Amino acid sequence: MTDNKKQPLLYMEEYRTKQDPQDYGLADEVFNMDVFKSKLQVVIVRNDEEHGLEFDLIGVYPAIANAFRRLMLSEVPSMAIEKVYIYNNTSIIQDEVLAHRMGLLPLRADPRLFAYRTEESTEQGTEQDTLEYELKVKCTRRKDANKDQSNFDDIYKNHKVYSGHLKWLPKGKQAQIYSENSVNCIHEDILIAQLRPGHELDLRLIAVKGIGKDHAKFSPVATAYYRLLPQINLTRDVTGKDAYLLQSCFSPGVIGIDENECAYVKDARYDSCSRNVYRYPHLADAVTMARVRDHYIFNVESVGALKPEVIFLEAVRVLKKKCRSFIDEIESE
Amino acid sequence: MVEVKKDDAGVDNTWEPGDSKEWAKPIKPLQEKWKLVPAFLQVKGLVKQHIDSFNHFINVDIKKIVRANEIVTSGADPLFYLKYLDVRVGKPDIDDGFNITKATTPHECRLRDTTYSAPISVDIEYTRGTQRIKRNNLLIGRMPLMLRCSNCVLTGKSEFELSKLNECPLDPGGYFVVRGQEKVILIQEQLSWNKMLTEDFNGVVQCQVTSSTHEKKSRTLVLSKHGKYYLKHNSMTDDIPIVVIFKALGVVSDQEIMAHIGLDARSQNRFGASLLEAFNLKVFTQQRALDYMGSKLVVKRFQSATTKSPSEEARELLLTTILAHVPVDNFNFQMKAIYVSLMVRRVMAAELDKTLFDDRDYYGNKRLELAGSLISLMFEDLFKRMNWELKMIADKNIPKVKAAQFDVVKHMRAAQITVGLESAISSGNWTIKRFKMERAGVTQVLSRLSYISALGMMTRVNSQFEKTRKVSGPRSLQPSQWGMLCPSDTPEGEACGLVKNLALMTHITTEVDERPVMTLAYNAGVEDIREVSGNPINNPHVFLVFINGNVLGLTINQRHLVHNLRYMRRKGRMGSFVSIHTSYTQRCIFIHTDGGRLCRPYIIVEKSRPLVLQRHLDELLRGVRKFDDFLHDGLIEYLDVNEENDSFIAWNEEYIEPHTTHLEIEPFTLLGVCAGLVPYPHHNQSPRNTYQCAMGKQAMGMIGYNQKNRIDSLMYNLVYPQAPMVKSRTIELTNFDKLPAGQNATVAVMSYSGYDIEDALILNKASIDRGYGRCLVYKNSKCTVKRYANQTFDRIMGPVKDALTNKVIFKHDVLDTDGIVAPGEQVQNKQIMINKEMPAVTSINPLEGQSQVPYTAVPISYKGPEPSYIERVMVSANAEEDFLIKILLRQTRIPEIGDKFSSRHGQKGVTGLIVDQEDMPFNDFGICPDMIMNPHGFPSRMTVGKTLELLGGKAGVLEGKFHYGTAFGGSKAVDVQAELVRHGFNYMGKDFFYSGITGGPLEAYIYSGPVYYQKLKHMVQDKMHARARGPKAVLTRQPTQGRSREGGLRLGEMERDCLISYGASMLIMERLMISSDAFEVDVCRTCGRLAYCSWCHFCQSSAHVSKISMPYACKLLFQELTSMNVVPKLILENY
Repeated sequence: MTDNKKQPLLYMEEYRTKQDPQDYGLADEVFNMDVFKSKLQVVIVRNDEEHGLEFDLIGVYPAIANAFRRLMLSEVPSMAIEKVYIYNNTSIIQDEVLAHRMGLLPLRADPRLFAYRTEESTEQGTEQDTLEYELKVKCTRRKDANKDQSNFDDIYKNHKVYSGHLKWLPKGKQAQIYSENSVNCIHEDILIAQLRPGHELDLRLIAVKGIGKDHAKFSPVATAYYRLLPQINLTRDVTGKDAYLLQSCFSPGVIGIDENECAYVKDARYDSCSRNVYRYPHLADAVTMARVRDHYIFNVESVGALKPEVIFLEAVRVLKKKCRSFIDEIESE
Repeated sequence: MVEVKKDDAGVDNTWEPGDSKEWAKPIKPLQEKWKLVPAFLQVKGLVKQHIDSFNHFINVDIKKIVRANEIVTSGADPLFYLKYLDVRVGKPDIDDGFNITKATTPHECRLRDTTYSAPISVDIEYTRGTQRIKRNNLLIGRMPLMLRCSNCVLTGKSEFELSKLNECPLDPGGYFVVRGQEKVILIQEQLSWNKMLTEDFNGVVQCQVTSSTHEKKSRTLVLSKHGKYYLKHNSMTDDIPIVVIFKALGVVSDQEIMAHIGLDARSQNRFGASLLEAFNLKVFTQQRALDYMGSKLVVKRFQSATTKSPSEEARELLLTTILAHVPVDNFNFQMKAIYVSLMVRRVMAAELDKTLFDDRDYYGNKRLELAGSLISLMFEDLFKRMNWELKMIADKNIPKVKAAQFDVVKHMRAAQITVGLESAISSGNWTIKRFKMERAGVTQVLSRLSYISALGMMTRVNSQFEKTRKVSGPRSLQPSQWGMLCPSDTPEGEACGLVKNLALMTHITTEVDERPVMTLAYNAGVEDIREVSGNPINNPHVFLVFINGNVLGLTINQRHLVHNLRYMRRKGRMGSFVSIHTSYTQRCIFIHTDGGRLCRPYIIVEKSRPLVLQRHLDELLRGVRKFDDFLHDGLIEYLDVNEENDSFIAWNEEYIEPHTTHLEIEPFTLLGVCAGLVPYPHHNQSPRNTYQCAMGKQAMGMIGYNQKNRIDSLMYNLVYPQAPMVKSRTIELTNFDKLPAGQNATVAVMSYSGYDIEDALILNKASIDRGYGRCLVYKNSKCTVKRYANQTFDRIMGPVKDALTNKVIFKHDVLDTDGIVAPGEQVQNKQIMINKEMPAVTSINPLEGQSQVPYTAVPISYKGPEPSYIERVMVSANAEEDFLIKILLRQTRIPEIGDKFSSRHGQKGVTGLIVDQEDMPFNDFGICPDMIMNPHGFPSRMTVGKTLELLGGKAGVLEGKFHYGTAFGGSKAVDVQAELVRHGFNYMGKDFFYSGITGGPLEAYIYSGPVYYQKLKHMVQDKMHARARGPKAVLTRQPTQGRSREGGLRLGEMERDCLISYGASMLIMERLMISSDAFEVDVCRTCGRLAYCSWCHFCQSSAHVSKISMPYACKLLFQELTSMNVVPKLILENY
């Protein structure tokens, strides 16, 4: 970590946050590209399937960090089912609700390989901008089932419709470009509907490319957010029982206790900033809690179609494109 | 088995008196005591009172009624008689025409618009000519059946069987299905009958009794006027001096009268004037007294054929009408005399001591009338009318000489009783001439907006008071309604405090026979009052014993008697709903066995120890003990309001003191069903709970497991309903968690954007996209295809094709080939759903030669700004054997700006703004709220329960469990906070948030977490309305009124005033005339009258006729005035 003094801090008091009195924020800073470049740092902390991507964006204004967050949520495109042609639906689920559920299924298709649908494109779409699926399920009674069996799995066939039942219908030359695995639903076990013998679903589904601003189903991330790096300072020695009490006030691993039974700050990064120290008046004065104002810890949890790092890069690309068109607008004036 | 347990309970009391250490030891609270509540509800249920009372009627009462009116005779033939031997109500069935009946189910009746009813059949014996004939199973009418009554097909069915019958297993029943509509007979609250009530009526002290027997209902008053006492009754024009009444009742000597009143000097002094009055009237004998009364009789309008002398009539009156409930055998009026003397003494006592006035609003003085007793009144009336009509027919027909002998059975028609009962229930008008009873609104359509609204309706109590009267007494919360009626659940506005709801554990008694209790009481030491003279009655040590308002006898040892009687009740020697209580001020012991009393179970406490022990509760948990066993073993007993008032009831174990007699089972049961949904209601300001009670009934959610099979005229369902994160015991007991109405929304309490002022809510668009607040609205539209008397019938035609394009025209686009819409189609405004045609002439027979009957189109078309989908089409036959076509229409609605939401704390708000997810604030964990609520909603509302719900919900989410917000209990805030801390959250529930717009951190920590929100039925889509041009009313030519008629928006008087004061005269002119009903009229300048076609009919000239424009309504007024011989004249001037 760099020197504390240089970092702009936001103090977390018991009932409110407070800026450092020396910190004037962005009030009279003039944007300077060189300064910006020198300050800017991106550190990838973690990137795994389970937690998604965690990386640090250091030395930027909140507006920039926020722009990436917003773009990832709502302007990075992804593919989702947009139209549902219902040929038959004798199940108890209503057509509209069924269609809504289908829309929310996450698809594995890479949106970068597709184009947006344009105004003039037909209802059916082309192989460049449309993926087509079908869902044909019919629930029947299992003939081999015993009379005394009561488990639905044993007596009925297809009584639960899962996203795995979705079948991709390649359009044009799509079959040569994509494989079944590259366009299907990401999870096979999403329950779509429950059927009973005689119920039948026969749907044709049209997936298109879209952005999260239009509908949340097009958002490529489960969530993307950032938080400011927490900083905890102990202003005096806390020892003995109090040290353990202090430790319990923070997330595990934040406060360490050395051999002298004296508490020290081990790593404030993963503190949940619960401010529960302030419950104990005798400890409250021993701690200052703060956030580093220009250190953003990003968390990107992808839905699965794109890798989180790709989503971030896509967001950067979207921003770039927006800037470009903005500059063009200004220059054309 | 029960016997053994009974002994157990006795032995188990190991506490020994005199052990002082034991005294000091605090009583251990019973664990899981609340489990008694579900055990109670299992046997009694929430609507059990309705079902019990109806069962009592169809199994017991109906037989009594028939037996009381069993013989019909005729004056024309002394040999003729018709005798009812037995009566039965059968199993529900449906008449499918040609006298074929088939068993039916409630759901079939709902769908087919028929009545769920069962035949009432009688066994009769009658004479035809000289023959005596017996007929069995003769149908005299059909009885609408209450769902889940003893004769209903649903009773005793398992969940699976119920689902086979298309019935929701959680549906409580207790209502009727009449002509396809679900009808509830509301519980009616009344002043207790057969009970003396002393009160001050405009300065006059009076004691009144409303006597009620099967035959008569009458009101008798004893009042004091100018120091003298009188008896007042409807049937007499004047107040009768009380001494005259005594003499008429056979208590002739003044000495004897005084003995009844009391022989002490003070009573004698105060009664002297009354005695003197009788002396002045020269009434000395019984005959004279009857003569005097006879002279004061109200002249009857219909004089009966046999004329009696006035004195005889007076005696008849005393016998049957005045104080009708007091028994008189063999013209011995002694009991009535005693009763009257008691009334006089009540008045005399109240004159001296104002505290002795009775309180009308006291719940011990109230009785609740249930479906059973109301229907029994109606049935008795109809049955009597049928018999009377049979008698009339017999009188008329027997003297006639005919080929066939007179046979009454041929004249017994079932329709009268059937239609009478059916129309009474379906209209709610209870008119019984015999009792001069005329009540409207007794029944209501069961509200199926949500499960809770249906359940809440079943527990509703309607008061007989006028709603317009501005009295606070009957409306205010009565301390005696504690535990019986919910203190929160009452509507706001005019019916406030008059419409109430039963609490969770309330039971309403049904009548039990009083004779065994009387025998028991005599055996326990009550002495018959007829065997003592007046003197002992007035002895201050003697207590009178009343049973159901009648004097039973007296006792010296009051304490002993009450104790013994209660002991016998606890041991099961008399019904558990018999109540015994003492009034020390009146020196009376009252025993009640009548129906309609409110009562409630309590744990019995003896010697400061509750009799229910942990052992018993463990047995309950294991299932070896049921609630009834607690009653059998005398561990728990029912107390009605009067007896409750006579007991010392501890609210929990801590408060048990030496004199405590009972222990509350669970405090939360004092709330009703609706108030039970509120988490932490004891932390809320009380009106907020009341508001929630009203709003919970408008919440969308699930109605029942059979909601998909129903075709209701209006039904709101939530697509993804959720059980609340913070539950309460009541929620579990009422199965609200199985049929929920709402969703848990993550709420951030903060301000946002300014679109959240005045309780408006901010919604997250992503949440809506993912299905939050999505609802389904079902409507139906139906029609019948009839056959007419003239051999014509309605027909349904297929879709019409356009001649040019050969395409089906737009209006018929959704029609199937049979002329009815196809399921799954989307119907737009003005499209036709059923292409029905009706013959132009339906009454007269068409001409023979005319082969073609002209038809007019009467299509059923869809109306609405938004299209709907056809969910289902049903074709069936209704009770009149016409075709019945029902179409179920469905709309899916997504929350939009203006839709109404509410939490469970009376905090309602409309959506003010829908915000994209990226603009919503988010916290350190990446959580962004579904909903933002403005914190200004809290300080003035003081809904602390909501903040606790949020905290509990948040901890519950983290822990993966439900928290409880049960009234007077629930998860403690400290424990909830400990859970939050354990998961690394701030103990106050406040999180660090970032603005979604600027990206910077917010200065304040935001209180956030899940709160259960209900979507209410008020949605903008149903309310939005605007009009530029549109239809006009025919008469006035002004724009129509109301949204449904696409009406205009009225520029009212106040708006007009504004325009006048502003001086915008031309705007007024435009709004009020040009845009409304401008009309050109001709006016004659000479006579000032309206002219027509430039011709003044009065002047017979067209010389001075001018055209002016005026509102059509004005012209109409002139014409109407003219027709009334008032001539309005217009004087025109240049302008």
